[in-house]
Amino acid sequence: MSHYISITAGERAEMLKAIGVDNITALFEAIPSAVRFPPLNLPKALSEPEIRRELTRLSNQTAGTHSHSMFLGAGAYNHFVPSAVDQILRRSEFYTAYTPYQPEVSQGTLQAIFEYQSLMCALTGMDVANASHYDGATALAEAAVMAVNVLRNRRKIVISPSMHPHYRRVIRTLLVGSGIDVVGDENPQATLGEVMQLVDNQTAAVMIQSPDFFGTMHDLKAIADATHAAGALFVHHFDPIALALFQTPNDVGADIGTAEGQPLGIGLNFGGPYLGIFTTRKQFVHKIAGRIVGLTRDVDNAMAYVMTLRAREQDIRRERATSNICTNQALMALAAAVYMSLMGRQGLRQVANLTYHHAHYAATQIGQLNGYQVIDHGPFFREFVVKCPKPVAQLNRSLAEAGIIGGYDLGQDYAHMTNHMLVAVTEMNDRSEIDHFVSSLAGLR
Amino acid sequence: MNNSYEPPIFELAAPGRIGVSLPECDVPTTALPAHLLRSDELNELPELSETEVIRHFTRISQRNMCIDTTMYPLGSCTMKYNPKIHEEAARMPGFANAHPLQPAYLSQGVLRLMYELQRDLGEISGFDAVSLQPAAGAQGELTGILVFKAYHADRGDHARTEILVPDAAHGTNPATAAMVGYKVVEVKSDERGNVDIADLKTKISPRTAGMMLTNPNTVGLFEEQIEEVCALVHAAGGLMYGDGANFNAILGIVKPGQVGFDFMHYNLHKTFTTPHGGGGPGSGAVGCTAALAPFLPAPYAAKVGDSYDWQAPAKSIGQVKAFWGNFGMLVRAWTYIRMLGGFGLREVSETAVLNANYIQAQLRDYYPVAVDRFCMHETVLKGQIAGASGVRTVDIAKRLIDYGIHPPTVYFPLIVPEALMIEPTETESKFNMDRFIAVMRTIAAEAQQDEEILHQAPTKGVVRRVDEVRAARQPVLRYTKEVFAAFYAEPGHHTV
Repeated sequence: MSHYISITAGERAEMLKAIGVDNITALFEAIPSAVRFPPLNLPKALSEPEIRRELTRLSNQTAGTHSHSMFLGAGAYNHFVPSAVDQILRRSEFYTAYTPYQPEVSQGTLQAIFEYQSLMCALTGMDVANASHYDGATALAEAAVMAVNVLRNRRKIVISPSMHPHYRRVIRTLLVGSGIDVVGDENPQATLGEVMQLVDNQTAAVMIQSPDFFGTMHDLKAIADATHAAGALFVHHFDPIALALFQTPNDVGADIGTAEGQPLGIGLNFGGPYLGIFTTRKQFVHKIAGRIVGLTRDVDNAMAYVMTLRAREQDIRRERATSNICTNQALMALAAAVYMSLMGRQGLRQVANLTYHHAHYAATQIGQLNGYQVIDHGPFFREFVVKCPKPVAQLNRSLAEAGIIGGYDLGQDYAHMTNHMLVAVTEMNDRSEIDHFVSSLAGLR
Repeated sequence: MNNSYEPPIFELAAPGRIGVSLPECDVPTTALPAHLLRSDELNELPELSETEVIRHFTRISQRNMCIDTTMYPLGSCTMKYNPKIHEEAARMPGFANAHPLQPAYLSQGVLRLMYELQRDLGEISGFDAVSLQPAAGAQGELTGILVFKAYHADRGDHARTEILVPDAAHGTNPATAAMVGYKVVEVKSDERGNVDIADLKTKISPRTAGMMLTNPNTVGLFEEQIEEVCALVHAAGGLMYGDGANFNAILGIVKPGQVGFDFMHYNLHKTFTTPHGGGGPGSGAVGCTAALAPFLPAPYAAKVGDSYDWQAPAKSIGQVKAFWGNFGMLVRAWTYIRMLGGFGLREVSETAVLNANYIQAQLRDYYPVAVDRFCMHETVLKGQIAGASGVRTVDIAKRLIDYGIHPPTVYFPLIVPEALMIEPTETESKFNMDRFIAVMRTIAAEAQQDEEILHQAPTKGVVRRVDEVRAARQPVLRYTKEVFAAFYAEPGHHTV
């Protein structure tokens, strides 16, 4: 008997008797006998000490920030996660609870989500945030769907090639059956100005990432204005750490602000679980996908939180719902709420400042190396592009031997950027790490 | 649970506090581009010490019921015990600190884990290929229906525009089919809780792209004519989608791939006990037949010689989320399968089904059973108590709170009036189930004696019944000082 199961053999017999059957197989007679009780060819069961050993072996066969200096970003960033964040996530009152459908016994989760929504509004300047999406990419796909639902007769979404390649792929995959056209990134070298030429009276939304995939920050105000002039919605895919210092979706006049929330207190976790942030304006609140928590009262007038505006959701509206989303990333939203509360105004600005200055120091140092060139795409936040004297994959192999995980090989996604490395630097890369990275690159010319 | 009001974190803050310790800047600084600065200085963010943040979130955590404190028989959600080793496992350095885009030669341990989980999930369900990428069950469904669309298109079969969905289905099924542009055609259930074969025959046509079916179904019953249903859909050229929400009933009991399903999703956060987290993260891994494997999301973990690497299926639908899936959940599911093995998994399902039938047998004389036959891992009762016509399922659910038990799923499936869907799972003890049974019988007696007791419930929750209409009519979706002050000024609120 597994140590997770409490029913003893004696209790089992008693229960079978109460049910009125002789043995447990009698409960499975509805199943076709030819396929009933198939053998499961699985590895032999392991005890806890044995599984620990096995897990440790797999963990030890994987590099990461525990073994190497990290200069790889490209959508997942090595920011500081305070110990207090994980201590709250480990409270079983949070992690072993379900979706708060019963508000009388779920006030903890509901209040945490309400505070997350409020903190996201404070960060972005937007009116409303939902309770989360799976990640930044799916938040963008939901933004596209929402824009089409708001502007009924328009079915074109304009994006730019400087949006994360994974996000562009995800948007295309998820919208394949929706009759929505996604355009703008056909030419991998198209500028934002060129992309905006595609905006017309069929366009439901323009979706621009800033800082973009290359790390470059764009002044989006004119682009948002031009989008609105064409009658379309503007979506700013932002970076939550950059927002501590730089333009918010509200500042630029966006209708929707989305982001990958991983930098807000969530570890790298080999790509997930992360957090899809979705914010918008008050007037679109009935068009949002996903869960939203609101404030109300109970019958005794005590203040209480509850999931609200539920008529948008799949369990009620079925095939007419705004999305099929059910389970979201609630625990990751809690992580972000705890992180933001710990950081506060000063802490978040300090993280953003350290990141910015470390990244610029690294760019300056690399720019002085013979054979390397930092490409000037305009102002950047934590990432920049370096043209290298050798293939990036080859450099990264050598860097790994020096204890460094090097930057992203842009040639994988952009044919014209062979030998270009996307370097990410955060507050976690201190000066000595950066100097070691720079000197290692110098030695690899 | 903690019954004291806890103010929003914004009200605990004061300017000048900080809850983290960060390094000084150790590099020369660079001027910020003035034209790109944000228009304020982040003034709305609260400022607190670490002590205050921990106390606040700890206090609100105590305003939740959870599996670790309470029986949580929420049907369709499989609220089983979440093993503690899983939490240790997911936080091991190689799993928590690995970057998703680091080279495969630095990621052999995590790729091997993913490869083995793909293999083991395929074995448990009888499928040839598995993708771990979808983030949740609903995304697994979307992946499946996108794969169906791609499969038909690849064969030049463009006439299929409809997806069949039983009237008892989860709302995610029709919502998913609609997202992919399919017309949803509803199929009736018969009086034994199965798909109504006669109705199915009238709904199947050359337009049928496929059918989405949960089995065991949402009434907690195994579809007695499952092979015939699959054969009918296949004969019309359609594909069978299996919603794996109820997979906890059939581990080692039957493999969906062997009864005719072409594709299914696994809710790793249900069957494989990765924690629900208050609503997520989940993981909606998917499995399918060899015929559909070329269309799965890209990439998957492959074994190449003695090492592991990424590969893409030949005709992949593409990527459904950034990176590779909710990897932290995959570590937990891998650990669970490896610790239980084949025998342990069968024991999980046998015990889950035993427990549900025990509760059904003990409550059948107090609450009508939706369909009178052995159930699988959950039993669906009706909240219709003889001699208490003014009592509804919601009243019974709320009264359970007063006895310290989380309510079951209510009003689902939609085809059962006043549904109470009870899923004890295999990890519930007989002691707790006997208490639950006694409480349910007591509630029936209370209802017959004085319906008001139930209408007034809960009185021992953290709050009493909440005004959902007010929440929707005057939405307050974020903290503002003014709105909270107005609430405080209304009569009846106690801040201390």
